[in-house]
Amino acid sequence: MTLLDTFSLTSLPRRFLLASVTAFALLSSHAHAAEKLPVTASFSILGDLVRVVGGDRVAVTTLVGANEDAHVFEAKPSDAKTLLASKLVVLNGLGFEPWAGKLLKSSGYKGETVTAAKGVKARAMQEEKGHGAHAGHAHEEMDPHAWQNPNHVALYVRNIAAGLAKVDAAGAATYQANAEAYVKELQALDAWAQAQIATIPADKRKVITSHDAFGYFAAQYGVKFLAPQGVNTEAEPSAKQVAQLIKQIQREKIRAVFVENMSNPKLIAQLSKDAGATLGASLYADALSTADQPGATYLQMMRHNVTQLVAGMKLN
Amino acid sequence: MDLLLGPVWEALISPFSEFAFMRRALVATLALSLSAAPLGVFLTLRRMSLLGDALSHAVLPGVAIGFMVSGLSLTAMALGGVLAGMVVAGLAGAVSRFTTLKEDASLAAIYLVALALGVTLIAGHGTQLDLLHILFGSALGVDNSGLLLVAGVATVSVLALALMYRGLVLETFDPVFMAAHRSGVPPWVWQQGFLMLVVLNLVAGFQTLGTLMAVGLMMLPAVSARLWHDTLPAQLLNASLQAALAGVAGLLVSYHFDTPSGPTIIGCAGALYAASLLLAPGGWLPRWWVTTHRVA
Repeated sequence: MTLLDTFSLTSLPRRFLLASVTAFALLSSHAHAAEKLPVTASFSILGDLVRVVGGDRVAVTTLVGANEDAHVFEAKPSDAKTLLASKLVVLNGLGFEPWAGKLLKSSGYKGETVTAAKGVKARAMQEEKGHGAHAGHAHEEMDPHAWQNPNHVALYVRNIAAGLAKVDAAGAATYQANAEAYVKELQALDAWAQAQIATIPADKRKVITSHDAFGYFAAQYGVKFLAPQGVNTEAEPSAKQVAQLIKQIQREKIRAVFVENMSNPKLIAQLSKDAGATLGASLYADALSTADQPGATYLQMMRHNVTQLVAGMKLN
Repeated sequence: MDLLLGPVWEALISPFSEFAFMRRALVATLALSLSAAPLGVFLTLRRMSLLGDALSHAVLPGVAIGFMVSGLSLTAMALGGVLAGMVVAGLAGAVSRFTTLKEDASLAAIYLVALALGVTLIAGHGTQLDLLHILFGSALGVDNSGLLLVAGVATVSVLALALMYRGLVLETFDPVFMAAHRSGVPPWVWQQGFLMLVVLNLVAGFQTLGTLMAVGLMMLPAVSARLWHDTLPAQLLNASLQAALAGVAGLLVSYHFDTPSGPTIIGCAGALYAASLLLAPGGWLPRWWVTTHRVA
């Protein structure tokens, strides 16, 4: 058998395979283009907003899914593929996705990008620890969790609508209408949340959480969140911090302690038990829950958080 | 009298008397000192000082499977970790018995495969959670079930070590004699039983010190204990005492100076090791003293 024979023998079926794969890919991409606009959102909350604004016209993929932590995201090859296949990428901005720039570059994505938090007046990341353990340790980082204030989310959906209109001019009116309808719901949510929080006396609006993601919520509704450094998932706590937190809980008679949906509840659960506080249900801060849990959409998530917080603060 | 005792009480006792989490951390660390440090002495004697480190990676696939089966259940993930560690240790032992590979070489190969398997399982499951971090907290977050686990493991391993002592010592120092002198129990029983104990103690250590630091309390006191004594029983006792001392000192330093508890405990064990290097009979200063004065 000559070399040529071997070549043709092996390459024939391969060529056939290649041709059919290409044909299939072409077919399916045409089908997609005709039906839905492929959009990639960086995390679950943005995915929900894009779904609301885009309606039936878009197909949304989220890179960081429900109950997953965007802080520790590591891209897989499939994520780069998803990006390449999409016409629009929606990011939060404010430094929430430090990995996004690299991923967009390495995947070779050349389409449009929307920064949903564009126009939000960013807060500096504040470390409210209730004790000045690291006074000289100034953090000038921006707080990216802007969606914790529904009024910011109104900005988000308008930015998303504008971005969608840019890549799909035919749907511009639909996107606009969807966004404005959702803004009404957001206003209703805000009014409802104000009313709920107002049932708690101002000096009792204190809560302990495992992660300082509620800065914008705190500013909007006048609730004080104590999120001790070291009680989150990332840093190891010192005995001194834990002791100080227990003392503070006891001194200020705080009964409302919450963990968020993706952190290790062990330390804070044990700590609140020692201090005589009650551990409330999980709050959703950085990620939506799966469909069978009470925080599957942005509106559900906010209503769940407010209800739980109010129930907790009633015990203070 | 009160003037003198007051600050001492304040510094050494009141952190524990005032806070329940400090008491639980103390009990967990002391229990671990009692069982893990002696195992470390045997590990150093068998020239397997780095085995603990390897095994602490080997538990990952078990943790991942535990997570897949029952979500974020600490029991399931700890159980999976113990099983995976035992499988890896057992396989490594078996490979070294039946092939020409030495125990450390076969372990290195198998633990790397297990680690890769674990990482793949977690990635395939699509979760972005750092499982090992979630499973294994810190000494300050030990709850009652964690305390029960640590105390149970300590009890089992101290009793098992007492039962296995003679066989294990023989197998460690003179495996040839052990093999020739068939006394009924085949030698691999001692080796495997010992490795099981190491895995159990590592997973218990994860509960209190976190994955990175669990090995520290097992190995550091054991290594420095060997500098102090020539006889095995003395070394075992010394290792346990050093581990306990490091535990108490580490918790107090973490309390007063605002440092993370796990690394501080291991840091204290490291300080004891440095002191032993310098001062112990097998350390630098006494040897220097003996040699210079012999010459003179």
